[in-house]
Amino acid sequence: MYRYDEFDKAFVAARVAEFSDQVKRRLAGELTEDEFRPLRLRNGVYLQLHAYMLRVAIPYGTLSSRQMRKLAHIARCYDRGYGHFTTRQNIQFNWPRLVDIPEILSELADVEMHAIQTSGNCIRNITSDHFAGVAADEITDPRPYAEILRQWSSLHPEFSYLPRKFKFAIIGAQTDRAAIQLHDIGLRLNRNAVGELGFSFYIGGGQGRTPMVAKLLHEFIPVENLLHYATAIVRIYNLYGRRDNKYKARIKILVHETGFGQLREDIDVEFAALKRSERYDLTLLQADIEAINAYFCTPDLENHPNGRDTLVSLRLKDQAFDCWVDKNVTRHKHPDYAIVTISLKAIGGIPGNATAAQMDIVADLAERYSYNELRVSYHQNLVLPYVALQDLYAVYNVLVASSLASANIGQISDIIACPGLDYCSLANARSISIAQQISTRFSRPGYQEKIGEIQLNISGCINACGHHHAGHIGILGVEKKGTELYQLTLGGSAGNRCSIGEITGHGFAADEIVDAVETIIHTYLSLRIDHGEPFIDAYRRIGMMPFRQALYGTADKTAAE
Amino acid sequence: MSVKRCKTGKKEEGLKVLTANRLIDGRPVWYSTDGNWSRDINNAAVVDNQQAWSCLEQVGRKAMANNEIVDAVLIGIIEHEGKLYASRLREHIRAYGPTGSCT
Repeated sequence: MYRYDEFDKAFVAARVAEFSDQVKRRLAGELTEDEFRPLRLRNGVYLQLHAYMLRVAIPYGTLSSRQMRKLAHIARCYDRGYGHFTTRQNIQFNWPRLVDIPEILSELADVEMHAIQTSGNCIRNITSDHFAGVAADEITDPRPYAEILRQWSSLHPEFSYLPRKFKFAIIGAQTDRAAIQLHDIGLRLNRNAVGELGFSFYIGGGQGRTPMVAKLLHEFIPVENLLHYATAIVRIYNLYGRRDNKYKARIKILVHETGFGQLREDIDVEFAALKRSERYDLTLLQADIEAINAYFCTPDLENHPNGRDTLVSLRLKDQAFDCWVDKNVTRHKHPDYAIVTISLKAIGGIPGNATAAQMDIVADLAERYSYNELRVSYHQNLVLPYVALQDLYAVYNVLVASSLASANIGQISDIIACPGLDYCSLANARSISIAQQISTRFSRPGYQEKIGEIQLNISGCINACGHHHAGHIGILGVEKKGTELYQLTLGGSAGNRCSIGEITGHGFAADEIVDAVETIIHTYLSLRIDHGEPFIDAYRRIGMMPFRQALYGTADKTAAE
Repeated sequence: MSVKRCKTGKKEEGLKVLTANRLIDGRPVWYSTDGNWSRDINNAAVVDNQQAWSCLEQVGRKAMANNEIVDAVLIGIIEHEGKLYASRLREHIRAYGPTGSCT
């Protein structure tokens, strides 16, 4: 894992001191709320419905046991005993007092964490594949490059006041597990014909009120030019992105309004100028890349050749364990190891929430069984990246005792959901209660397994923090005539075949939406070719019409609206 | 610094209370009949006419200027069996907390 150098330590300490002083001045009345608001947002502090909310960055979703224990400590001492892992691999605390936040930030700095750039019109936390460095299908670990981008973008003087927020995601595997085409810039590491490493650059993706799938801007930019090209894109966006209307200020709108070809020309001109610049040398030197790579080396994994036999035998003996392995364990690049996904989607629970006690237990598990390392996925689950096959049963039993053993990864109850109207000041409708009802509805034994692989996402407003556009089934909560109404979309997908869901028709009341979801599921079950055809494949084959017919009694789009 | 009026989509009328978030911890508070800011919506001073709304708006502006509270807003309210309920769900959740358990 990356460790702060002297520069990192100094800049985080300086920011903690600066913000502590700003809080003090605000509480003393020396700063007005209008003056203070942009300062607190730069430090990840929002004012939500019930309290301030602090959003802490977990760079590219990687953290250590020590860091997780600190998050548990903060949840326990400064909050109400829990935290919420988000779709940007961050954690949010929902109840801190403003007066305590400087102390919280100081505690976070002790474990090399901060909340800088988790809000505001700047480059946000760089997200990545939660299986980075361990996935069997990986070309190379993307995290060293995510770290380089983090260093480049942190307090970048030119990019601290962009037209709007700006999000990067980066992967190094064949499978896109980071939704790169739903980001302002999506990066995929790959190799060219002669084996050199470089990046495919996608731009202009995003969700929110104008969802768009990012387009491929450049197939191959050599690694040494990563920062030249990233700078060129963000600079062109900073120059031409709209500032008159925040709903039209993201780069996706600039791509759309300028035209993809023209924008690419502008970026290429800037790219060429940056490469020529002697004053502003952004070339990534191999020695620098290697220095960062060294932080992300795979631990010296001991061989355990008997682990597979042990696992097979235990799976035969314990059916629940067998099911958990089937759903929550992924193949590792080392044959004697596995990647464990810990579901934060207990039936009837709040997606992404973990108690302080659970965080401590997961930290202990990582320390004992996963080389002190953890990941947070944008699906709002946790990951132990290095578990020996022979240790899986021990890990499972601890998870069972901690209510963390839901065997539902990739199932209908593995719901992505934002905090919604229960917490968020921007939301129009509740997400959590709908997620709880849906997971409960489909919880009877065998039902989820029968449905198979599916992604259901819920957002409580058009800002789409719950990624509803990218759900195979998406639910968007809106407010209509003073009541909650839920709009359904089908066919969204965040992976390699990225797509935006299509609206089924008119929305459903809060007490109708779970039935509507079940109608969709029944329709799918009756029309799929066999158990091997997942929901999204069936939808792509048969289209919207049968689902609309089942929901509204008509296949006609206009009539269903 | 102004006090907002919650949009109801209807003609401006009915019972209203003044609410805000406390500066020090962000907790929702309601301006109460004893002239203090209460954590309980049921202690809120309920008013029903333009003149009283204007008075409450002035109270809100002054409290914001004194850095006691932030984001003061007049919201619609319903009285039922001696208890106060916000007209909008958002405000109801502010008053009575998240609707589910925490985990």
